[in-house]
Amino acid sequence: MRLTQGQFSYLPDLTDEQIEAQLGYALKNGWSIMVEYTDDPHPRNALWEMWSPPMFDLAEEEVDVAMRDVRACREEHSNLYVKVVAYDRQLGRQTSAMSFIVNRPAVEPGFRLERQETNDRVIRYTIHSYAVESGPAGSRYPESSKGSTNGAAAE
Amino acid sequence: MSSEKDGTKSKDRWDSGVTPYAEMGYWDKDYEPKDTDVLCAFRITPQEGVEAIEAAAAVAGESSTATWTVVWTDRLTPYEHYQAKCYSVEEVPGTPGQYIALIAYDIDLFEEGSIANLTSSIIGNVFGFKPLKALRLEDMRIPVAYVKTFPGPPHGIVMEREYLDKFGRPLIGATTKPKLGLSAKNYGRVVYEALRGGLDFTKDDENINSQPFMRWRDRYIHAMEAVQRAQAATGEVKGHYLNVTAATMEEMYERAEFAKEVGSIIIMQDLTVGYTAMSSMSKWARANGLILHLHRAGHGTYTRQKTHGVSFRVIAKWCRLLGVDHIHAGTVVGKLEGDPGMIMGYYDTLRARYSKANAEQGLYFDQDWCGLPAVFPVASGGIHAGQMHQLLHYLGEDSILQFGGGTIGHPMGIAAGATANRVAVEAIIQARNEGRDYYSEGPDILGDAAKGCPELNAALEVWKDITFEYTSTDTPDVEVTPTSA
Repeated sequence: MRLTQGQFSYLPDLTDEQIEAQLGYALKNGWSIMVEYTDDPHPRNALWEMWSPPMFDLAEEEVDVAMRDVRACREEHSNLYVKVVAYDRQLGRQTSAMSFIVNRPAVEPGFRLERQETNDRVIRYTIHSYAVESGPAGSRYPESSKGSTNGAAAE
Repeated sequence: MSSEKDGTKSKDRWDSGVTPYAEMGYWDKDYEPKDTDVLCAFRITPQEGVEAIEAAAAVAGESSTATWTVVWTDRLTPYEHYQAKCYSVEEVPGTPGQYIALIAYDIDLFEEGSIANLTSSIIGNVFGFKPLKALRLEDMRIPVAYVKTFPGPPHGIVMEREYLDKFGRPLIGATTKPKLGLSAKNYGRVVYEALRGGLDFTKDDENINSQPFMRWRDRYIHAMEAVQRAQAATGEVKGHYLNVTAATMEEMYERAEFAKEVGSIIIMQDLTVGYTAMSSMSKWARANGLILHLHRAGHGTYTRQKTHGVSFRVIAKWCRLLGVDHIHAGTVVGKLEGDPGMIMGYYDTLRARYSKANAEQGLYFDQDWCGLPAVFPVASGGIHAGQMHQLLHYLGEDSILQFGGGTIGHPMGIAAGATANRVAVEAIIQARNEGRDYYSEGPDILGDAAKGCPELNAALEVWKDITFEYTSTDTPDVEVTPTSA
């Protein structure tokens, strides 16, 4: 399966140039940049690991600085999901303004739907990630499965 | 105020019989509205021979303390305080016989947190008043002090986005079609295909409640199977708006409780249930953590005609105050009524922290929402993937675009229709962020995206000539558009 979280998962994987264009848009809006990764892509996992503290003070033209973090995280976690988040601190927003995946594992085993039949035809559902069930954190996606690092072709 | 005006010295004011409203204190051209007043802009069309100022004063009177004749019991009260005051009457440019009257109401006239009370006062009796040919409530300024007595949306746009983990693009959805007649299992099929294909939401239609062909409980169970399957297939949070509209509040609560029990993240209600019922569901939705969608069923009966009724921008304000998370607010380009400026005014009313008076958008007053969360405006009715650049341009990123026919009517199937819409919205957002002029280049951007996506290609092909270009009936007054009474 293909995990379709994020803004651009239905488009072909973004090239580095395309990622930089999106980072540029975020910085132009005064948003800070965060790079996050996970080996637990459950739809309710709201807390992916932070690659570094949020980059709060980047100038509009410092796309390369943000991109350096994206590359470093992707390199270290090439077998995991990596996403870029742009954060808007503006009054009344105070939340993410963008979020898109920039790296994914080569093999995405997806999710198993478990049904618990209860009273009166009511079913309780639980979604299990096959990868998470395969092992503890850090060993869920094989190291060797070099992911479809977005932009790998462009590099 | 002169002693004559406050009534204590004037015999005429308290003589039994009928006194013109304007002379009873309901017209005061020197009145300076207080920050705590509720302000209303009414479009007034007086009957032949009725003076505009007297008609406007009558509206102020009949929507506050007055009755048709002098009553001495007014003198038991500090009536000057409770009388609404019309402080401005101006002819509508280019439309003889119509006037905009501005009326101020003291905040003490209204019960805290009650839209039912507010509306019973302001649109209670006066719309049937004989000296008026027609009357329309165009806008209302809710003072901050009164705003703070309302709960607002159970979650609001920010909380909903965080809950769904979806940022930076409009959300997309579809209403299940046909609206009526599907069995529960077939219904679930439509929901599953649309969600697994890439939509964030599917939706019950306004008139899907609990009919003989599909009872609500069966629909809920089958819809949830579909939602859960689609979540597992995509790894994304998905939802189906389960309509809890019913004949009584007891039944609405029963349905809402069951929606919660089967794990739905969202329910919906129709505007037809009334302000008190909507307020009750709002409270329930916040207490139970379900997102609350509102379908504005029936609003066209009183919002559409320019001379009589209540503007939708006022309905939108009331609904933001009493608290819904979504409300249908027009598409500009789709099959239902909507002048672009007016619709932008509705969208601002639902989303802004502070909206400025803006004649082109039909906004008569500044409105400070002082931190009340924003409501997601929903665009629904005759829209398709080929209009994505226009939809983003007119409606913005914080919107929900619902493609019912534009998903389910896709030549390659429902899931393909969903994929076409999702690819279209992602491609337009990507292009906008890259700095392209996505509005004028829209067709090219979509055409390029369609090269790698047969689903989008088919959608663009089948609906390429579909537009709904008719003249709007509800238009701003800045461009002079004569209307008949």
